[in-house]
Amino acid sequence: MINLAAGTVDREIFTSPDVHRQELEKLFTRSWLFVGHESQIPKPGDFFVSRMGDGPVILCRDDRGGIHVFLNSCRHRGMKVCRYEHGNTALFVCPYHSWSYTTDGKLQGVPQYRTLYAGTLNRDEWGLVEVARMANYKGTIWASWDPEAPDFLNWLGDAVDHFDHVIDCRDGRPGGAEVIGVHKWVFPSNWKFAAENFLGDSYHNPSHRSVDMVGMSASAQAGQRRDNEYAKGQRVWVGYPQGHGMTSGYVPDDVEYTPTYQQYPEVDEYFRHCFYERKRRLGERANLLPLVGTIFPNASYHGRQPRGICVWHPHGPTETEAWRFFLVDADAPAAVKDVPRRYYMRYSGPAGMTEQDDMENWLYATAASKGTIAKRYPLNYQMSMKLPNATHLGPGEVATQMTDQTPRNFYRVWQRYMSGDNWDSLLGRDIQPMLRAAE
Amino acid sequence: MKKGLAYFELKQEIEEFLYQEADLLDTRKFREWLDLLAEDLVYFMPIRRNVKFGEHDERENTRQGEGISWFDEDKWTVTKRVEQILTGVHYAEEPLSRVTHMVSNVRLLDVKPSMEDPDEVTVGCRFLVFQSRVEYEHYTFIGRRTDVLRRNGDSWLIARRELILEQNVLLAKNLSILF
Ligand code: FES
Ligand SMILES: [Fe+2]
Repeated sequence: MINLAAGTVDREIFTSPDVHRQELEKLFTRSWLFVGHESQIPKPGDFFVSRMGDGPVILCRDDRGGIHVFLNSCRHRGMKVCRYEHGNTALFVCPYHSWSYTTDGKLQGVPQYRTLYAGTLNRDEWGLVEVARMANYKGTIWASWDPEAPDFLNWLGDAVDHFDHVIDCRDGRPGGAEVIGVHKWVFPSNWKFAAENFLGDSYHNPSHRSVDMVGMSASAQAGQRRDNEYAKGQRVWVGYPQGHGMTSGYVPDDVEYTPTYQQYPEVDEYFRHCFYERKRRLGERANLLPLVGTIFPNASYHGRQPRGICVWHPHGPTETEAWRFFLVDADAPAAVKDVPRRYYMRYSGPAGMTEQDDMENWLYATAASKGTIAKRYPLNYQMSMKLPNATHLGPGEVATQMTDQTPRNFYRVWQRYMSGDNWDSLLGRDIQPMLRAAE
Repeated sequence: MKKGLAYFELKQEIEEFLYQEADLLDTRKFREWLDLLAEDLVYFMPIRRNVKFGEHDERENTRQGEGISWFDEDKWTVTKRVEQILTGVHYAEEPLSRVTHMVSNVRLLDVKPSMEDPDEVTVGCRFLVFQSRVEYEHYTFIGRRTDVLRRNGDSWLIARRELILEQNVLLAKNLSILF
C-alpha cells in the first residue's frame, strides 16, 4: 500500500474499512496519543473526558493529586461511567447498576456486595481499566495502551526541539500553557488526510488564497493570514524516525521582532517582550520558530499563530472527529489572552476562515478516492524526492524546500505499526544510520 | 409586557424584518445583508457542553468575551467572511451552498423606550437553517436565537445576534454559512 521507492500511496489507506480496523488494533493501541492538558484538571477530583483512538477515556486527577487516564467504560456491563465533559467529582458512579469508582480508578461501591457477591468478587481486579503508560510532559498529557511502549521522550525523540516551542511560554520558560477552549467537530474524511496536512504541506497554500485576499491576520493586515515572522529565516521541513514531521523556521541570530497584533499595543508589547526574553533565555535555540507539525500519528499543532494542538480521532474509515485545544500562556495578562483567542476563532476549526477550506479538501479527497477505478491509481508523494538532506540543520530528515519526504516518512512508520513491528523498528532505530550511510 | 395592539403591530414589523433578512442570505445578497448589521455588532455562538444537572447556568455554554466559542466576533470579522465568500475561491463555499433560514417562535422580549416609539427591540426566535452542499452534503442547524435590533429610519439594524445551537460535538464539517 505504501511504495516508498516510487513515492506513491494507495488510496485504499484512506477509505478501506479493513485498513481502518487494523489501524485501530495495531496503531492506536500502541502509539503514544495526546489526551489533554494538565491545566484542564488543576484540582483533585477534576476530570476531562477525552478519546484515544476509537475509545472514550477519562483524564482525571485523584484526591492525592495524581493524574490518571482510564477507559470510560464500566467493568460491569460497559456503561460509560462519565458523560460529562469536564467537572469535579469524588466518585464516578455508573448510571446503570451504580458501581462506583474512586478518582484513582478503584472499584469502591458495589450495591448489595455482601448479599450478592460476597466471597466471589475481588474488587481489586475490577477497577477502571487504566492506560499502560501515561506521561505528563510540561503539562501535556499523553498515554499509550502498550506496556512495552518506550518512555515518552524517547518516542518523541528530536521532535521535542520543535514541540517544546509550542507548549513552552512565549518568553521561553518551560511549560506554563493553559487550554482556553476545545473545539470538537466531525467531518467525513479519513484522519490521515488531516494528519499529513500538518506534517508541513505548505504546497496547499493556494487553497487558502481567499483568506490571503481578504486579509485576516493577527494584525488584521490585508494580504496575509498570519503576521509573517518566518520571512527572514530559513524554512525547514523535517521528518523524524518515529514518524513525527513538521515545518518550522530558523531565523538568523540578529533577527528582530516582527510586530504582531499591531492594533493592540498591549498585546504587541507582550509578544515583543517575550521575543527578546526568549532569545535571552534560550540563546541559539530561540532561532527555531515552529509553524505546524504532526506528532505521530494524530496530534497536530500550530506553533505560534494560532497556537494549539489538534487531535484527529479516527471515527471510521471516512470519518474523523477533531478536537482542537487552544493554548495561551497561563500567566499572560487578560488582554493578551483575549486578543489572540479572537484570532484563533476566525482562523481555526469549522468556523475558521482558513481551515474551512482544509475540511473541504479532505472531504472531497476522501470521497473521490472511494471509487473502484480511483482505487487503481495511487496518490503522488514524489515531491523533492531526489533532494539531499540538509544535515547541518540538525537531526532527522531536513529539507529546505517543500517536500513529500515528511509524509513519506510518516507512512513508512505507519506501515511498520501496521506490520506489527517491534519498538526498535517503530522508533526508527535503523533509519538514521541507514540515511547517514547513504550520504 | 402588556400585549396590546402596539405589541402586535411591532411584532408584525419585526417578523417582517427578520424574514426579509433571512431572504437576503438565502438569495445570496450578502453585501445587502451586511448593511443590516450595526457597526458595533456582536455575533456570538457559544459551544455547548455536557455538564451535571444544576451546573447549566454556570458551565453549559461558553461565554461571550472569554475562551473559545464557535463565533464571538464583530462586524469587521463578519464582513471578512462575506468578502471571503465573494472572492469566488473560498472553496468551502465555492460552489456556493444552497441555504434556507427558517425563523419561528418570534417573541418580543424587551422594547425600549416604549412600545409606541421603540428604538431598541430584543427579539427571541427559533432558527432552522438547512444547508445543502455540492451533491450529497447536507446539514441542519437548529437552535434558539436572541437578536437586539436598533431602529434605523423605517428599518432596523442588528446590534447583537446570539445563536444557541442545539449541538455539542458539531455535527457539521464547517460553519461556512452565515447565520
Ligand atoms: S454497567 Fe456499570 S454498574 Fe452495571
Ligand atoms: Fe490548510
